[in-house]
Amino acid sequence: SLRLAAPVWNWGTGSIRGLSRAVDPEGIQRKGRTLFQFLADRFYDVAAVREYLLRKQVLKVHQKNRSFTYIKERYGPNLFDPQLPGYPANPVFLSRFQDKEWMRSSGRGLSFLEFWEFRAVPIEAVDASGCAINYQGLDHLLALKELQSLSLRCCPHVDDWCLSRLHQLADSLQELSLAGCPRISERGLACLHHLWNLRRLDISHLPAVSNPGLTQILVEEMLPNCEVLGAGWAQGLKLGLEEQSQDTASSPIPA
Amino acid sequence: MLRSALWLGWGRGLLGLGLGTRRGVSTLEWDGKVSEIKKKIQSVIPGGAWNPLYDTSHLPPEHSDVVIVGGGVLGLSVAYWLKRLEKQRGAIKVLVVERDHTYSQASTVLSVGGIRQQFSLPENIQLSLFSVEFLRNINEYLAVVDDPPLDLQFNPSGYLFLASEKGAATMENNVKVQRQEGAKVCLMSPEQLRNKFPWINTEGVALASYGLENEGWFDPWSLLQGLRRKVQSMGVLFCQGEVTRFVSSSDRMETPSGEEVILKKIHEVHVKVDHSQEYQPVECAIVVNTAGAWSGQIAELAGIGKGPPGTLQGTKLPVEPRKRYVYLWHCPQGPGLEAPLLADPSGAYFRRDGLGNNYLGGCSPTAEEEPDPGNLEVDHDFFQDKVWPLLAQRVPAFETLKVKSAWAGYYDYNTFDQNGVVGPHPLVVNMYFATGFSGHGLQQAPAVGRAVAEMVLEGHFQTIDLSPFLFSRFYLGEKAQEHCII
Repeated sequence: SLRLAAPVWNWGTGSIRGLSRAVDPEGIQRKGRTLFQFLADRFYDVAAVREYLLRKQVLKVHQKNRSFTYIKERYGPNLFDPQLPGYPANPVFLSRFQDKEWMRSSGRGLSFLEFWEFRAVPIEAVDASGCAINYQGLDHLLALKELQSLSLRCCPHVDDWCLSRLHQLADSLQELSLAGCPRISERGLACLHHLWNLRRLDISHLPAVSNPGLTQILVEEMLPNCEVLGAGWAQGLKLGLEEQSQDTASSPIPA
Repeated sequence: MLRSALWLGWGRGLLGLGLGTRRGVSTLEWDGKVSEIKKKIQSVIPGGAWNPLYDTSHLPPEHSDVVIVGGGVLGLSVAYWLKRLEKQRGAIKVLVVERDHTYSQASTVLSVGGIRQQFSLPENIQLSLFSVEFLRNINEYLAVVDDPPLDLQFNPSGYLFLASEKGAATMENNVKVQRQEGAKVCLMSPEQLRNKFPWINTEGVALASYGLENEGWFDPWSLLQGLRRKVQSMGVLFCQGEVTRFVSSSDRMETPSGEEVILKKIHEVHVKVDHSQEYQPVECAIVVNTAGAWSGQIAELAGIGKGPPGTLQGTKLPVEPRKRYVYLWHCPQGPGLEAPLLADPSGAYFRRDGLGNNYLGGCSPTAEEEPDPGNLEVDHDFFQDKVWPLLAQRVPAFETLKVKSAWAGYYDYNTFDQNGVVGPHPLVVNMYFATGFSGHGLQQAPAVGRAVAEMVLEGHFQTIDLSPFLFSRFYLGEKAQEHCII
């Protein structure tokens, strides 16, 4: 009877192992323990391994963006040369120089020498769709003071914080596409008002924006000279009471 | 856990059977004997706390290395950094004591949630810069396996401070300091203001400073929940209770000049459980005072300020609660999506809230108009008489608006110089402060938490030097005055 009482008293300090032993004494003798039992006995070890894997995942994205800052420090902000050794193979930049064709910058190879010739030429357009670019990696794009067109379609790590940095391109940027970025919300779109030269803006298919139709109207009001391609004002309109309750006070207010 | 079953048998044998048979022994003696026997058993067999006579699972543990008084964003930040910077995993036992788990009166959740780098002191700017970097990478700092990522709902819209002729020179100097420290702030003339924000009435405005990056507002409740979740996963214990007493011991020491100084060290913290007279004495090595608006009371409990005025013993912690109102209104013709958090030279401020043309704002009252901090009742006349005219004068669209709701919260107001108190007390050697931020505590919480953790673990500030914010400045009279206070 002492065994049965033990789990109650030791609720705070007992481990899963102790509990299972007390409840089912015969189970210990059972040979061939299952994998689950094995993992459960080593709960804290498994938890530590999972935390480590999570940290590694995050570090991977940083790794991809890190070599950008190394290049910038070594060669100065004006020399945007993606073909230097150490450039990560994954982010694929498509850059267009003045009147030239689109050039793909993916890894080392034959195009290395080609790019080296154009290294002082200002870059007009960058297509970084699908790249793992994040807040740190944007350093390089922001160094391009003559950039006119930027496409960040479907970039998984571009979020509101990244948008707040785009004001540095305000003097030249005319075209911007953010379609399909999962982390951008209407709060980030609010800081696009710095881009007074912007003529075309694509904000369609942004899943994190709470009210796409209303957001598009507000962005159009914010940027009067810009053509905003978005969800369309009619999207999200529902006849009836549900629409009204969605609009007002989107953040929780303490009572 | 076979061991603990053994203790139980042993303990029960000693006490359970023994109680019935002995006579003529008073209960007072018994309590003493019980705790003595318990200590003997525990010294022989090390392990967790246990009590054979009654269930103590709702009480805090009996020992903890660090006790943090106050579970708001500052307390949780200190707990997080203590666990993160400890040398070995699980080296430090931390207990967070919070009186109200619903946080109904806590300044953290009632705050407007703004973060800015536009301060006049370089230390404040650095604290804010680190905090914004923490918030930006919050899902790396506060990641918990299997839990969804945190969404702070950060609006990077910036702060816009307006200055009249009088304050223009100070503003220019401040902006120079801010830029030196690395904040991205720009100065605007009234002409540029009118071009950028046509809804502002620039009458009386000589200069404006606008934060371009890393400034804005966010949801403090999600930060609090994120910190809480992470800190619990790191092994910090939480307890709902109120600190009622500190038990300390004193030591007489002599300074090099021969003066006698009495140094106190807190040994026990008595934590009283809600709605009951039960309390638990928690033995501790370090106490961190992050009680916000009530830090002054906690400091008094520790004996800070009990002495002849003008001496170090007699210097109280000058932090007291000040009530501030926040109003939420709707204005259909109000400023658009680009509106930053506007701070008028008169002290009124407002910001957008959501997509639906709702705005949050308020105004700090002057010294004569200070409301009574006894409760959190809202004074709606204050909005009608004081706040609305100022807002309508600055933004003409606000002449027609409709107040939807309002609430009040406390500033942990530092009456000395409106800046935080960070670091240990010179006489009560193991009490550390992280309070008194007078309205900008939330935005500096991550950096201050790290500073206090460094002070506790290393003995000095490592990353940001917060020596101007030590307690001793109250006795020495050296003000670290912050001029940009909203």
